Amino acid sequence: MIKLDDLTIKTAGELLSQKQIEAQELTKYFLDRAQKLNKKLNCYITICAENALKEAKRVDEIIAAGQKISPLAGIPIALKDLFTTKGIQTTAGSKVLENYVPVYDATVVSRLKDNLSIIIGKTNQDAWGHGASGENSDFGPTLNPYDFKRVPGGSSSGSAAAVASGTCLAATGTDTGGSIRQPSSFCNLVGLKPTYGRVSRYGIIAMASSLDSIGHITKTVYDNALILNVTAGLDDFDSTASPNPVDDYTKDLEKGVKGLKVGLPREYFDELDSDIKELMLSTVKTLERLGAQVIDVSLPHTNYGVATYYIVQTSEVSSNLARYDGIRFGNRREKFGAEAKRRIILGTYTLSAGYYDAYYLKAMKVRRLIRDDFITAFKKVDILICPISPTLPFKLGEKISDPLQMYLSDIFTVNPSLAGVPSLAIPCGFINNLPVGMQIIGPYFSEKLLYQVGYAYEQDTKWYERRPKV
Amino acid sequence: MPVIGLEVHIELATKSKMFCACSADYFGAKPNTHVCPICLGLPGAMPKANKLAIEFAQRFALALNCQVQLGSKFDRKNYFYPDLAKGFQISQYDLPFSQKGFLEILSGEKVKKINITRAHLEEDTGKLNHATISGRRVTLIDFNRSGVPLMEVVSEPEMNNAQEAKAYAQKLQQIVRYLKISDADMEKGSMRIEPNVSLRKVFFGSKDPKVTKVLPPYKVELKNINSFKFAEKAINFEIERQRKILESGETPVQETRGWDEKNNRTVSQRSKELAHDYRYFPEPDLTPFTFTQDYINQLARQLPELPDAKIARFQKEFQLSAYDVEILTRSVDIANYFEEAVKAGKRHQLTPKQIANTLINQKIDIDEVFPAKLVQNIITQTQKTQLDPKELEKIVKKVLLQNLKAVNDYKKGKEVALGFLVGQVQRELKEEGGPRQVKEMILRKLKP
Repeated sequence: MIKLDDLTIKTAGELLSQKQIEAQELTKYFLDRAQKLNKKLNCYITICAENALKEAKRVDEIIAAGQKISPLAGIPIALKDLFTTKGIQTTAGSKVLENYVPVYDATVVSRLKDNLSIIIGKTNQDAWGHGASGENSDFGPTLNPYDFKRVPGGSSSGSAAAVASGTCLAATGTDTGGSIRQPSSFCNLVGLKPTYGRVSRYGIIAMASSLDSIGHITKTVYDNALILNVTAGLDDFDSTASPNPVDDYTKDLEKGVKGLKVGLPREYFDELDSDIKELMLSTVKTLERLGAQVIDVSLPHTNYGVATYYIVQTSEVSSNLARYDGIRFGNRREKFGAEAKRRIILGTYTLSAGYYDAYYLKAMKVRRLIRDDFITAFKKVDILICPISPTLPFKLGEKISDPLQMYLSDIFTVNPSLAGVPSLAIPCGFINNLPVGMQIIGPYFSEKLLYQVGYAYEQDTKWYERRPKV
Repeated sequence: MPVIGLEVHIELATKSKMFCACSADYFGAKPNTHVCPICLGLPGAMPKANKLAIEFAQRFALALNCQVQLGSKFDRKNYFYPDLAKGFQISQYDLPFSQKGFLEILSGEKVKKINITRAHLEEDTGKLNHATISGRRVTLIDFNRSGVPLMEVVSEPEMNNAQEAKAYAQKLQQIVRYLKISDADMEKGSMRIEPNVSLRKVFFGSKDPKVTKVLPPYKVELKNINSFKFAEKAINFEIERQRKILESGETPVQETRGWDEKNNRTVSQRSKELAHDYRYFPEPDLTPFTFTQDYINQLARQLPELPDAKIARFQKEFQLSAYDVEILTRSVDIANYFEEAVKAGKRHQLTPKQIANTLINQKIDIDEVFPAKLVQNIITQTQKTQLDPKELEKIVKKVLLQNLKAVNDYKKGKEVALGFLVGQVQRELKEEGGPRQVKEMILRKLKP
């Protein structure tokens, strides 16, 4: 008997292609589990049972007909509720869009559909992507599968909890200032924030357009690379999607880290929580043992990151949320939650005449300096290793009444976002039985290298095998 | 002295809209049929710039003698209005596609140069339709126009009367039509003009530009103008209105006023004291544009002959009066037609002047009559008028003798009798003679 809980995309794909299991069987198993666990974890806003089963049937017919299929065919995937899905309610985690049913699919969604992935549901999230805990969802918070009293991170909270609890094999996410990496870290998962422009943003409800990076969360590095193979690349509908060629990201994964120069930016370790620091340093030791060369580096403008980020991001948020003016989409502006209102007001202020130069323009200048920090560092080293979260997964309610504390959760993740460089979150152990992740940051379009490093570390440590008891 | 600046909006006649693939040709279409996620501003949708629209804008800018920028970008202009799908308009702020141009207009007999501040590209908004449905007063939104490429041309406040403003706007329209980048139809709304009007005190004798160029402390923007005639009327009304206020010792309110065509007056729409803060910032969904000077030069070389150049050439090449040339160059279609007819007429020894006369005096419909056919017609008419005068004289004499009653009637003052006589002569001629020539001969014979 196959234990379906431990499946990855890779192993599930093998079972499907060897006809040891049918897509319908697989889909039904995950749907049942999603429906059951959603009552505990609240990781889905919508579960698409009927559609998913219909699609799975189609996949089975295609497999039975002997057609060559994508490694993602028949794989149950969940989508963050910012991803526009034709005919399926898309809420962005906000009551403002409750009952909004899009008429088109986001580019990433249609690419996943073209590869015959099965969309089993839309995941819960902080409304509009605003938050680091999932508690800003208008549909109730999601719980961390490793500790139900704690948050799964955010804003891709439902996506992380859904994958960690084994209700799907992968979930998409968006990362504007850490929204994929931080929940991945809190839930012992692999999460990619690609280079800005690597994956099309078309059809994904915008939070801050110059920062939004479209990625995904999986159990393993290999699975993660498989999905990027499908989602990356040019898109006629997104002018900011990069023409940079798309690799086969699963190729050369075993290349290892021998001779690789790994930079440790000192600004990220100076005041780090001692337990997390210790864990991070042991991770670095592992990489050294695997043949990497560790070098101390500096990213001097690191400390300006959060301030810069909360000006640029809120400015763009204030403009992007303007269309929800109560005239269309069926709900009035009163439905906006406190955090969205806070960001609209902040962003409106920073863009206002008389303040623009002092805030937005200044922030854009600092953003350039932060970007230059990374460019300079990557002249010396191949990759950077940093912590993701300054704290362990925190308790529900612990930070929600203090917005500034919540914003500081992003302290290690916003700088790669401002620079637009890719960053891969990888599990690196547990403290007090709570997962801790690290991020591997690389130069623009170095996703392949990030996967190689992540894979080498993952195969050595196998943290992904430690599943939560749900 | 009136100080007038013009903001002109022109919808570009591209096939698709500015940022999506929907048809931009919305006029008369059923509401909300030319729409997609992008121009409806649906969540997640993103703009994609229409390259042809940018090229149109650049060509127009070159025709206006503007500096076409090598680097440009779009910005978001944030404001709330029900017809604005995204809660912001994609427009251009500090780096428009072009700036600093000029246009020459005729002011009376003199040529006057009007400077152009900038010409930028933006997207048009949807349209609000106020209606009553089942007894309820409602406002309906039609998004067909949303996202249609719109060019905004801003002039310096250098016009001093309504005629100049009209001449400027007409010149813009003519250039747009020469370039075939828009039909620039005021009634259809594909060209909209918003004059800014104020009055400046004149200090006689002063030539110091600090005195003569100083702008009044207010301005009034005029909207809702859908013809050149209304523009002229609205400006004249406004000048008088402001003059009276100023003469009473007060300053007119800075505001937007609409033209009320029923009552022939302007009415206050909204006060500009609450100036909008549009919170412009660079549109993050569109990457900035860069162009090479070579590319711009190439666009400039590809420009068609523009009205001023055509006028000069027609006068020189065809030896025509300024009056004729003005009419013949009003549209590029008439000008091309004329040139073709001249070419065809040359083989038959017809002069450009003969062709111009026929074209202008007989109000030829150039869509109905081909130039070659026009030339044929002129030749036939000329032949008809070249009857042998002796032969004609003989017939006229004969007809006059046969119709003494009519001759007497005419002499008593009955004009119709003359027409009758002409008809009789033409019948004898088997309708070959031109009526004018026949009439002249009869009159000569009837002279005492």
